[in-house]
Amino acid sequence: MTDIHEYVFEDRTPGVEERGSTAGYLSYTVGLGLAILATIGSFVVAQTNLLWPPGIPVGLIVLALAQIGIHLVFFLHLGSSADSTNNILALAFGVLIVFLIITGSVWIIANLNNNMMPMPH
Amino acid sequence: MTIATTLERTEVPTELARGRGGGGPAPKRVVVAYGFWIFILSDMIMFSALFAAYAVLHGNTAGGPSGADLFNMRSVFIETMCLLLSSYTCGLGVLSAERGQPALFLVFAVLTFTLGAAFLFIEINEFAGMIAKGAGPSRSGFLSSFFTLVGMHGLHVASGLIALIYLVAQVLVQGLRAAVLRRLLCWSLFWHALDIVWVGVFTLVYLMGVYH
Amino acid sequence: MLGRLSWAAIPTNEPLPLISGAVVGLVILAVLLLITVKGWWPYLWREWITSVDHKRIGVMYTVLGLVMLVRGYSDAIMMRTQQAIAIGDAQGYLPPEHYDQIFSAHGTIMIFFVAMPLVIGLMNFAVPLQLGVRDVAFPVLNSVSFWLTATGALLINMSLVIGNFARTGWMGYPPLSELAFSPDVGVDYYLWSLQISSVGTLLTGINFVTTILKLRAPGMLYMRMPVFCWTALCANMLIVAAFPILTATFVMLLLDRYLGMHFFTNDVGGNQMMYVNLFWAWGHPEVYILILPAFGIYSEIVPTFSGKGLFSYRSMVLATLGICVLSFMVWLHHFFTMGAGADVNSFFGIMSSIIAVPTGVKVFNWLFTMFRGRIVFTTPMLFSVGFIVTFVIGGLTGVLLAVPPVDFVVHNSAFLVAHFHNVIIGGVVFGALAGVNYWFPKAFGFKLDERWGHASFWCWLIGFYLAFMPLYWLGLLGMTRRLEHIPDPAWRPMLLVAEAGAIIIFVAILCQVAQLYVSIRTRDQRRDLTGDPWNGRTLEWSTTSPPPAYNFAVLPKVETIDAFWHMKHAGRAAPPPVYEAIEMPHNSPAGFITAFFATIMGFSLIWHIWWLAILGFVAAVFVVLIAGWSIERDEAIPAAELAQLERGG
Repeated sequence: MTDIHEYVFEDRTPGVEERGSTAGYLSYTVGLGLAILATIGSFVVAQTNLLWPPGIPVGLIVLALAQIGIHLVFFLHLGSSADSTNNILALAFGVLIVFLIITGSVWIIANLNNNMMPMPH
Repeated sequence: MTIATTLERTEVPTELARGRGGGGPAPKRVVVAYGFWIFILSDMIMFSALFAAYAVLHGNTAGGPSGADLFNMRSVFIETMCLLLSSYTCGLGVLSAERGQPALFLVFAVLTFTLGAAFLFIEINEFAGMIAKGAGPSRSGFLSSFFTLVGMHGLHVASGLIALIYLVAQVLVQGLRAAVLRRLLCWSLFWHALDIVWVGVFTLVYLMGVYH
Repeated sequence: MLGRLSWAAIPTNEPLPLISGAVVGLVILAVLLLITVKGWWPYLWREWITSVDHKRIGVMYTVLGLVMLVRGYSDAIMMRTQQAIAIGDAQGYLPPEHYDQIFSAHGTIMIFFVAMPLVIGLMNFAVPLQLGVRDVAFPVLNSVSFWLTATGALLINMSLVIGNFARTGWMGYPPLSELAFSPDVGVDYYLWSLQISSVGTLLTGINFVTTILKLRAPGMLYMRMPVFCWTALCANMLIVAAFPILTATFVMLLLDRYLGMHFFTNDVGGNQMMYVNLFWAWGHPEVYILILPAFGIYSEIVPTFSGKGLFSYRSMVLATLGICVLSFMVWLHHFFTMGAGADVNSFFGIMSSIIAVPTGVKVFNWLFTMFRGRIVFTTPMLFSVGFIVTFVIGGLTGVLLAVPPVDFVVHNSAFLVAHFHNVIIGGVVFGALAGVNYWFPKAFGFKLDERWGHASFWCWLIGFYLAFMPLYWLGLLGMTRRLEHIPDPAWRPMLLVAEAGAIIIFVAILCQVAQLYVSIRTRDQRRDLTGDPWNGRTLEWSTTSPPPAYNFAVLPKVETIDAFWHMKHAGRAAPPPVYEAIEMPHNSPAGFITAFFATIMGFSLIWHIWWLAILGFVAAVFVVLIAGWSIERDEAIPAAELAQLERGG
């Protein structure tokens, strides 16, 4: 009974801990391990020929997104439960805006640069 | 005033209370953390504008050095590890604080601070080296955007370290009270977010720069 | 020691700024003297300056906006007069270097220090009351936000008498705004006053998003919130998403100017179009930040004065959310002519046309709300109807402009100027004035005079049409914007009509002043004793006028949309309230003092007084740290005292 009442007013928010005892330490340690692997992976991909060269940028982006995901899940505890909806929606909105700003700017400026008169250098 | 009695008075069914906000004002901890989460998202958007500027300007070397000429990948790797580990120790610190273990919290706080300071030390050295070589921020559009993007991240790290000192002082003086715990939670959100930005920086600036 | 500040900064050889500065200075001195003589300082400090109450802060924002409207209007009438006189051989009375500062100041002030404060002020006042809660999520931050905005307003006004303002237009495009072409303090005034006030605005955005999503009365599900709260939510989400872009852009321009970097310079690898691109990536969401709350205000006023619930609440909410997301996908339409090419232009042109659709949905919803309603033409309702007609015209010209080939003809002409004034005055200004008239009784306990309100409305309406409809025509005839001298005498008749319109707007402002004066003088005859002067539908009308500091002694239990309307018509008596102790935040001087040091820092940075800038910054940070040290910030009002207050004891 107590659980339900406490849960009614308990909202989820990024970073807030669950009530397990070792669950927390495990989450962070697993996250660290995965993140270290992904980081080393990025450096290897960029500086060796392990990945087919034209695919390196894609590989780097995938690994970067993976690292960000690891942070969000293991360090910030952004889960998929119903109470996290507000947080996920806010994050999604933020991600959308970041995407629009960066890709929009790159697309627009590339087009503008293309249409510039040739400059004496 | 128990939660049970409040529930009876408002007569709100439990399924309405979760997520859709029918249960009345959320507790302070949730409100503060959510507000800080929104602030962090706004900070990410500010960084994205700087990323966009870097994306557009990174080729504008104006006859000067490019990233491949300047970046030292070994120190970037060490910096990255320092910041990642500091995120880890930060998380463990928050865990110990929430479990009412001030001594353990202090240990992790000192570790986090040291790792963050190491990151800054390496970065400042990198900047100083580049400036000494004549590759300062006023050399070209590329360097302006590089120094600003990476420097803005570094400024955030420095502010975070100062804030950490302030918060540790609060813990020492006022103990691990609810309000102090809320602030530690916010600080840790900030610190993790800075590591997320750094993932973007070392991937898009350093690794892509060296690869190209 | 004093950077580049010297006595030469005071424009002793320019009569206009000198005289207006002197007049304003004297007025300010007279007001300060009056307050001192009457002994009002303790009251002002305790009840207003250090207040963290959203109602007080909302009133202060609104007052700031209305006062700055007078300053912005003065710039406008000066420009109109110059354009009415300086035709053909006549040179007018304003040299170009002054005219340029005037149109730059006019735009900057109207957007950042009139429209934003009015809209934020009304949201501050009404949103927590409508949500059925006691205050916003972060009351002290709210105070900081207001005072930082006031700092920005102060700095920009100081540029009138100490130094000069930017001559770049309100957008500050490089390379003109770079050091090479604007070496004086003007652009620095522009950048620092906006950077500082933008911090305040961003904090407001965070505050309100958190409040609306996490702090609502029990039972107030998302689809039971008043539409004004939905539009406030979306506007504040846009603030959180867009203002960081402006901050970053201004940081880059400041770095160019102060540290010799090359983001937007002509040479050494700068790219000026990136500024234009990023500026408008902020700038387009900004106009939706201004208009969405106005739409929300109309969505409250139209149902109230039609005696009917809002038509299609659901589509209203969806339209608002749609506008919110789409507003980030259209920004290139502000620079179609800058050479991006057909693919880019057609994408953004199509998106700009699409974004008109949700607004059209809203207009139909308001019209269908009025249909078969029992309409009462109070001042707020007049402004709302005037808005519907005027905004539709402005929106139509906007859709015209969204078509790139059309835009190539009229970009940066008087047609454009007419369009954006059409939507901003018809939309935002009318909305703010409607909102002020609507919520004034709730804020102050007595209604505003209706006759003077009607007079001000008609003068605004007629004045607006006379001032701006000719500009559409002139734009099509080829007149560009920002002209200090008119080359073609054939434009004279239209320009004279526009001047007449501007004068009628002045009369409108005088009517508003008269309305305030008369209402205050006869306030006892127009007291609102019930708290519900308009037979309202939303929760703010369930409180007394003005509400107590804590708004609601017991948070209302919400069961439907238009919660108060249903409470009134429920047919059963409300159960006797059971009081519990509540916690209300202490006042805090942190906002005012932080802003004080921010002003010092801003002024010093502008004039290159580095030691003082560092001092100001460090002091501001210290204030924040000191204010943050104490963690017990609330005081409890015990249940017995609450019961007594509610009984009127």
